[in-house]
Amino acid sequence: MKPLKGLQKGAQGAACALMASAMVSAMPLLATPVQAETVRAVMHSGLRVLDPVATTAHITRDHGYMIFDTLLAMDEKFQPRPQMADWSVSDDGMVYTFTLRDGLKWHDGSDVTASDVVASFQRWAARDGGGQMLMDHVAGIEATDAQTVTLTLSSAFAYVLELMAKPSSIPLFIMPARIADKSPDEMLSVEDQIGSGPFRFVAGDYDPGNRVVYEKFEDYVPRDEPASWLAGGKVVNVDRVEWINMSDAQTALNALNTGEIDFLEAPSVDLLPILQANADIVVDNPNELGSQTMGRLNFLYPPFDNPDIRRAALMALNQTDVLASLVGNPEYYSTCPSMYGCSTPLATDAGAPALLTGKGDVAAAQQLLKDAGYDGTPVVMMQPTDSPTVSPQPVIAAQLMRRAGFTVDLQPMDWQTLVTRRASQQPPDQGGWNMFFTNWALPEVWNPLVNPMLNGRGRDGGWFGWPQDEALEEMREAFARAETDEARKDIAERLQVHAFEQVTYIPLGEYKTPSAWRSDLTGILHAPLPVFWNLSRSR
Amino acid sequence: MLGYCLKRTLAAVPVMVIVALFVFLLLRLSPGDPAAIIAGDMATPDQLARIREALGLNEPMHIQFFRWSGELLQGNFGTSLMSGMSVTTLMAQRLEPTVSLAIFSMLLSVLVAVPMGVLAAWKHGSLIDRAIMSLSVIGFSVPVFVIGYLLIKLLAIDLGWLPVQGFRRLSEEGPWPFLEHALLPAIMLSTIYIALIARMTRASMLDVLGEDYIRTAHAKGASEKRVLFRHALRNAGVPILEVIGTGFALMITGVVVTESVFNIPGLGRLTVDAILSRDYPVIQGLILVTSGVYVLINLLIDLSYALLDPRIRYQ
Repeated sequence: MKPLKGLQKGAQGAACALMASAMVSAMPLLATPVQAETVRAVMHSGLRVLDPVATTAHITRDHGYMIFDTLLAMDEKFQPRPQMADWSVSDDGMVYTFTLRDGLKWHDGSDVTASDVVASFQRWAARDGGGQMLMDHVAGIEATDAQTVTLTLSSAFAYVLELMAKPSSIPLFIMPARIADKSPDEMLSVEDQIGSGPFRFVAGDYDPGNRVVYEKFEDYVPRDEPASWLAGGKVVNVDRVEWINMSDAQTALNALNTGEIDFLEAPSVDLLPILQANADIVVDNPNELGSQTMGRLNFLYPPFDNPDIRRAALMALNQTDVLASLVGNPEYYSTCPSMYGCSTPLATDAGAPALLTGKGDVAAAQQLLKDAGYDGTPVVMMQPTDSPTVSPQPVIAAQLMRRAGFTVDLQPMDWQTLVTRRASQQPPDQGGWNMFFTNWALPEVWNPLVNPMLNGRGRDGGWFGWPQDEALEEMREAFARAETDEARKDIAERLQVHAFEQVTYIPLGEYKTPSAWRSDLTGILHAPLPVFWNLSRSR
Repeated sequence: MLGYCLKRTLAAVPVMVIVALFVFLLLRLSPGDPAAIIAGDMATPDQLARIREALGLNEPMHIQFFRWSGELLQGNFGTSLMSGMSVTTLMAQRLEPTVSLAIFSMLLSVLVAVPMGVLAAWKHGSLIDRAIMSLSVIGFSVPVFVIGYLLIKLLAIDLGWLPVQGFRRLSEEGPWPFLEHALLPAIMLSTIYIALIARMTRASMLDVLGEDYIRTAHAKGASEKRVLFRHALRNAGVPILEVIGTGFALMITGVVVTESVFNIPGLGRLTVDAILSRDYPVIQGLILVTSGVYVLINLLIDLSYALLDPRIRYQ
């Protein structure tokens, strides 16, 4: 960058006047290590909530992976692997013993112990859906010595390790017991950001929603195995990582182009050609799984309390039109008939109507509506106008459903209003709703236990939309008990057939969010979320 | 003068109370639930209820208001629902970028606009006058973000003279890094104020240039420069000062677009973030503080009238 020489001369006078304003905020001078290798990244959102147990926000989960380590971790084959601990299982499958590896330290220098793991497990299980399901089968968890944790089941449950290793929505992060002992409803503070992970949180530099700074944790001992997704050796090759929030997509793009930042997690697909034209920038998909977009119906009120009318909605919609509107560039989206995602081990097209991935079937939807006696009850559809990744779906869906004969009341609102309103179990004309759309990362939907939309517990305990479906719950329970991959696959297929039959939800296809980075960054891991270990800067 | 200041300050108290009450009620009656925002997509109704309870959001509205008011009286703006940090700390983090940028922008505006306005009035009806007024119309008309992106394209991307984004604190890094990062946003911010102040200066100057004392000054042989800047501008200063003061208050509270385009971590972005996440204590604190800024700036403007016009007396 060439400084404006002429300006420097005149700067002194103005600077004197401005000194006065600078005094209003006497912030401490925070020194950056000289010659420190710093990576500046713009993430998909600003970090505001620091407690990865209190929220399912992805940015908070990503922050969790920077500073906390996990007991187990999932590799690229969806297999649980040892991370902080190795494990053994008793012959009857009822007792799991986890042994902490040597040399684990907290960022304050103290040792990680088994009692920290127990406290972290309990706080996690109180909030995470998978953890709650696991706890239904757990007789007890205790620290049997400083290095060993024993988990005893009360009834057979085959998914213990998978749930403890899953990367979303709330991963099992291990925290010091004094922090994990806090109620899960009490949010962790800045002072509580003490983990044993590969990076250390720099509390003094934290500016919520604007900047987060992490420094390499020198005492972190990586595992010996090569990194694979979130498992294996977390080798940190940089001194410092700064997450800078840029609310303006064009600003972030400009900053990457000029080298003011190094990594842009989620550039707008529309703007990618600008980045691809720059030889100093790499555009790629480190998250190969991507996300699923979906529509959810409210089972409590007309018209969608009628299964035939739900089926008519399924016939009216199609993934092709929705994805074209949402993503635009076919390079970054694909239709997918599986509720579990098409690149996951349980992927299946069982029960999925072919028209969902084609162009829909308006005539069949019209006939079904007529046969079901649809009386024109309006479908109150919520449309968030402030979220580019959820705003287009309702517009297209409304158009397709109107064409099929539905009366659609498309109601614009901001996303935060939507997330509040969708929790309402009131009738649609009294503050409730009939239909909304959202997106999920595939690790959040890839099996019936983690997929919140495949929950049939109704008003109490079900996800928004509240289907009461005992058959669905029985199949989920059977899935949790199944001991072989073949048995799981079989149950998952039957469950999906049932879910499509009931239109539990409408998967509307998959899309990938590419990332972009300066080409001197190497070793960026392919993982279901952005991680900053393993990467280096080449000189 | 002291009595006047005291009276004005006390008169601001009921205004602030009404603002506080209004903001509190408006936020509570608007749709949106901080608990739902914190908990995310997976939360069950039971979890949401527990978070609301932990945050004190399930208490009756009047209890929440009195608790917040009680804390305010002790100088405590409360704690952010999202980050758990004190609202005072959050505002302090964001105050310097906004205030220093506003001062810089207003200095730039005044230094450019006042001579432009004086010149336009002096050359009233000439080509120069029409050119200046045309420029000021453009300054009003072109949206600030268009000007911002043009500046970035030309000066930052094509020429590489200045950074495209970011902010450096004067208090931490000194004048040059500050100026290097603040120059483009200051130009963007000042465009509309240059137009506004130039027009106001011209109009106000035209009013006084026809007065008897200007003719007297000319008759006494005063130079044109002395007449314009010593006699005319001083007497035309009150409305100009009013525009500058109001503009400064607006800059402090309304620089959201500039802060977004140039990625400046100021009060504007904090306000938008807090509103989008329904972070009630932060929104309430920010609105109270910005209301206080308006009250203070209005008081300072009123007091400064006496400096320009000795006939003005305060009672």
